[in-house]
Amino acid sequence: MPGLITMDDLSNDEILSILDDAERLLPVAKGEVYFPLLQGKILGNLFFEPSTRTRMSFETAMKRLGGDVVNLGDVKTSSVVKGETLYDTIQMVDGYTDIIAMRHPRQGAAQYAQDAARVPILNGGDGAGHHPTQTMLDLFTIRQAHGRLDGLKVVLAGDLRYGRTVHSLSHALTRFGCELIFASPSLLRMPREIVADLAEHGANVTETEDLLGSIGDADVVYMTRIQKERFADEDEYAKVAGAYKLHASNLEGSKEDMIIMHPLPRVDEIHPSVDATRHARYFEQAFNGVVARMALLCRLLNIDVPAIVGGEA
Amino acid sequence: MSQEHNMRRVTAIRNGTVIDHIPAGQAMRVLSMLGIDKSTSVPVSLVMNVPSKKMGTKDIIKVEDRELTQSELNRLALVAPDAHVAIIRAYSVAEKLTIELGDEIVNVVRCTFSNCITTNPREPLAHRLKIVARAPLELRCHYCGRPQDLDELAQNVL
Repeated sequence: MPGLITMDDLSNDEILSILDDAERLLPVAKGEVYFPLLQGKILGNLFFEPSTRTRMSFETAMKRLGGDVVNLGDVKTSSVVKGETLYDTIQMVDGYTDIIAMRHPRQGAAQYAQDAARVPILNGGDGAGHHPTQTMLDLFTIRQAHGRLDGLKVVLAGDLRYGRTVHSLSHALTRFGCELIFASPSLLRMPREIVADLAEHGANVTETEDLLGSIGDADVVYMTRIQKERFADEDEYAKVAGAYKLHASNLEGSKEDMIIMHPLPRVDEIHPSVDATRHARYFEQAFNGVVARMALLCRLLNIDVPAIVGGEA
Repeated sequence: MSQEHNMRRVTAIRNGTVIDHIPAGQAMRVLSMLGIDKSTSVPVSLVMNVPSKKMGTKDIIKVEDRELTQSELNRLALVAPDAHVAIIRAYSVAEKLTIELGDEIVNVVRCTFSNCITTNPREPLAHRLKIVARAPLELRCHYCGRPQDLDELAQNVL
């Protein structure tokens, strides 16, 4: 496997085996055990677009494993602003590093970079395209809560049109036979070509505008942010967005082990009253970005995660 | 009207390439995809909308003193996938070629998606469209993965 550009680069067995590696790396991610498995390796962080969680969690993951990180820095002051092509930037960073994590505003940039590079590329988001490392941490969080991925009922809610995290995730969940409910305002429905693709892969999908009516028998409710700028006027936004807000009082009657996830940052789609409920998982989810990326870095660098991490074995 | 009659609309050529069975109306686009324009010095004959038993109507192109290569002809897969091509030497057919679609169309057209990385003309890697289905033809960009609209794609010939 050269890099991770889309979830199609991983088989279901590979996904599960990487999640197993991540599980064993948890004490390292938490800083309880120092385990320099990637000592001497250098990660190039190429973020051509703003990122907080993805960039920081890649950096943390590498450093927790004893590796080092070099950053592109601010795009405004780098050679990109002088008109350097992505091809040339990759040629340079490829020579400096062992692996590259990249986010780019243009779709297809990650595949393009992989074709230009010798080292593996980890796609940290390319335009409205793919974000597979987010999907891996989402799958890790779901499996952590439910002990399995297959056959779950998952509600994806909010902005399903522009949110790349929900696009990648719904493909992955379909591969594990999950039932998907897409709850969104009609303006922000899941793109038709993605729904068609999912159907072709045997997905069991229901589309609705009624979020609150969908959570009663859900195992996972995955919330996303509805952005004001997607709407023509503010009244329209206020009317629509109001129906996609969760308050602790909305969760009465939901399944005991149902979890609420969110790729963050949230604005007001999840009320702080939810934070204290047993359902809230979004902060653990954000933390899991570190451990999922640790496992991916090891896999793409061909470093086996031992059966016992941090012990004598 | 017979096949023979069609071919006589323009004189037989001594050496060169004859492209027959081009869908009616596509001949101009075929010329443009082959890079044949006013700067081309060799004589080029073109007949459009002539009757065809197989196709109803069709276009034919004859390029004199130039033997088109298989890779040049494969560029036509998008607009004339069933065209018949004959290489003519000394007034007779020396070779018959057919257009091969292959698994990918490389450096013939640019992806139609406005936010694809390949829209930057300075990026040097090849434009690549993967063939996902043949009948009807379905293509996706190798980089951004977007399905391509064939009519729009015809405007994006490199």
